Amino acid sequence: MSELVRSYLTVAIFAAAAVGLVGLLLGISRILRPQRPSVSKQMAYESGVDPEGGDWAQSQIRYYVFAVLFVIFDVEAVFIFPWAVRLEVYGLFGLIEMFIFIAILALGLGYAWRKGVLRWV
Amino acid sequence: MSGDPLLRGTIDFVDVLVVLFKVGIAFGFLLVATMFMVWFERKLISDMQNRIGPNVAGPWGILQTLADGLKFFFKEDLRPREADSLVFRLAPYLSVVTAFVAFAIVPVGGVFKDGDPTSGTVSLFGKETYLQVADPPMGILLLLAASSIAVYGIMLAGWSSGSKYPLLGAVRASAQAISYEAALGMAVVAVVIAAGSLSTHDIVAAQSGGYRSWYWFATGLIPFVVFFIAATAELNRPPFDLVEAEQELVGGFHTEYSSIRFAMFFLAEFMNVITMSAIMVTLFFGGPAGPIFFGLDWLFPTLWFFGKVLVFLFVFVWFRATLPRLRYDQLMNLGWKVLIPVMLGWLLVYRAIVLWRDDKIDPIPTIIVGSIIAIVCTALLTAAFSAGDRAFERENTPSDREGS
Amino acid sequence: MLSVLVAQNIAFGIIAAIACISAVRMVTTQNVVHAALYLVAVLASLAAIYILLVAEFVATTQFLVYIGAVMVLFLFGVMLTRAPTTGDSRLTGDHWPIGLGVAVMLAGVLTYVVLDFFGSDQLPNDPIVFDTADVGDSIFSTYLVPFEAVSVLLLAALIGAIVLVRKD
Repeated sequence: MSELVRSYLTVAIFAAAAVGLVGLLLGISRILRPQRPSVSKQMAYESGVDPEGGDWAQSQIRYYVFAVLFVIFDVEAVFIFPWAVRLEVYGLFGLIEMFIFIAILALGLGYAWRKGVLRWV
Repeated sequence: MSGDPLLRGTIDFVDVLVVLFKVGIAFGFLLVATMFMVWFERKLISDMQNRIGPNVAGPWGILQTLADGLKFFFKEDLRPREADSLVFRLAPYLSVVTAFVAFAIVPVGGVFKDGDPTSGTVSLFGKETYLQVADPPMGILLLLAASSIAVYGIMLAGWSSGSKYPLLGAVRASAQAISYEAALGMAVVAVVIAAGSLSTHDIVAAQSGGYRSWYWFATGLIPFVVFFIAATAELNRPPFDLVEAEQELVGGFHTEYSSIRFAMFFLAEFMNVITMSAIMVTLFFGGPAGPIFFGLDWLFPTLWFFGKVLVFLFVFVWFRATLPRLRYDQLMNLGWKVLIPVMLGWLLVYRAIVLWRDDKIDPIPTIIVGSIIAIVCTALLTAAFSAGDRAFERENTPSDREGS
Repeated sequence: MLSVLVAQNIAFGIIAAIACISAVRMVTTQNVVHAALYLVAVLASLAAIYILLVAEFVATTQFLVYIGAVMVLFLFGVMLTRAPTTGDSRLTGDHWPIGLGVAVMLAGVLTYVVLDFFGSDQLPNDPIVFDTADVGDSIFSTYLVPFEAVSVLLLAALIGAIVLVRKD
């Protein structure tokens, strides 16, 4: 097992400890806390009045564009990191290639900007 | 080859013990620090507002968090009838675990010497090791991975509540989180460019030769400011706390959470503040590196680390006491129209400056060629947009344009 | 050395089992959001397997792009359209036997191809670490054109999304 796997195993142990902590706290509370359910306690909170309609509310579709933009810039970040650690080797050539890459994506951002989907009304 | 010397070669029982010890220390530290942070924030903000703040539980009210925490255990756990019980119970786990995991890559001590990447070790039970839970070669990406999982905690908590306020709050919060995560990632790239490594240990080691070796120009100016703003937004701290804008959304995504489950979100929120401060210290301010006095090399690095983190904790509280909350449109504009374009531009400009400095490129032709390209691109874009607008005008007679 | 290999095989077995169970649950569950979460579990298991294979960059990419971005996009889409917490029993269509047949055939073909290609090859005990810098070298030499093409593809996806969202 290589060092890499070992260090991620350590992270996994750390995460498992965190899961254990949450489980423990929830478990302790489960023993200590009262359980007296009633119909009104199980109502959804709507500022004091009885809930109207279903349990779901329509949000604006414009949020979706931000999610798409995020996917794009996330992929971009993933490609930038290998470039970032080997800058010296690629030199000017790397800079130009990265410039083209970023410029095309910036074009997308510019298009979204221009089309007003980034504007919040 | 970098990486924790402890994990190299074969592993014996003591190595496992050291790893478990480090995990335990980091775990305990985070919990205690979180409790301290809650008290610190309340006390400091009351000082700033000419109030007394918590002063009953323990000296200076320092046990207030513990008292509040204990109270949570005895409260009834309510869940709306429409809630999705599985996901409702899963969401707090996601929030807390991600808050912990990001801390794993933070070096909290060790003697770092003058940019030497092999320095920064301490001796635990006779074994040389880094004083951080793990140092994977792409460690800093764990931060980004953790923040992307944290989005799930928020989104699922809101959706599974089966209630309208949490759902609206969750959509809003996750859109904010992903918007600023993009800017955060770009700012991290700038640090990686300067340090030439993705490992947090290497990043700290590269900046360990006193404050002069911090990357003032490469990351100190624009990337740090972008990172700080993006981090504040990621943490949902004021002035970016729209997630729980009481006036609009009640409690936001955790409106329906009560008892200890709510406490979990609360814990995660404050833990994230500490983790993010620690990450900023690691990326931009040399982590635990600093002058060591009296030969106490097991004490001073950790003291320096705590001191630097404390500065950021203070600034976060200061923000809260000073700045009014942004509107949602301002928030999105700042993220997408300011931070990300600035960061992208900075990466390229900085790289060009470095090449120029190293005499790899000639400045005057580069500027001329660059300007020509920029002008041509702008002209083409403008032409394309106006052509598109004209086509749009032609297709839409005035009568059916009422909706848009 | 032997015990390490055994440990790694056991770890692989557990992770693979989680991936398989999650994949099956993803198809059979009646709740869209649950299905998305099971898909996240599958993707996370794959990332863990990449880590076991010492492919850190691929694992991180899997995590950041698929779990961190694409699945968030999925969940956004689901939450913005209609996703009642109570689930929807009409999620399983009438044509599921055909789908099952296709899936089984695909699995068979893939198994055959993998076995045919690798046969009884074994992973080296001391795997070559292929780190970020090596990935960078590949991107900026062999795969330069695909790399630039990716940006155009992403641009097209963005414009598509904007056109769908805009009313005009």
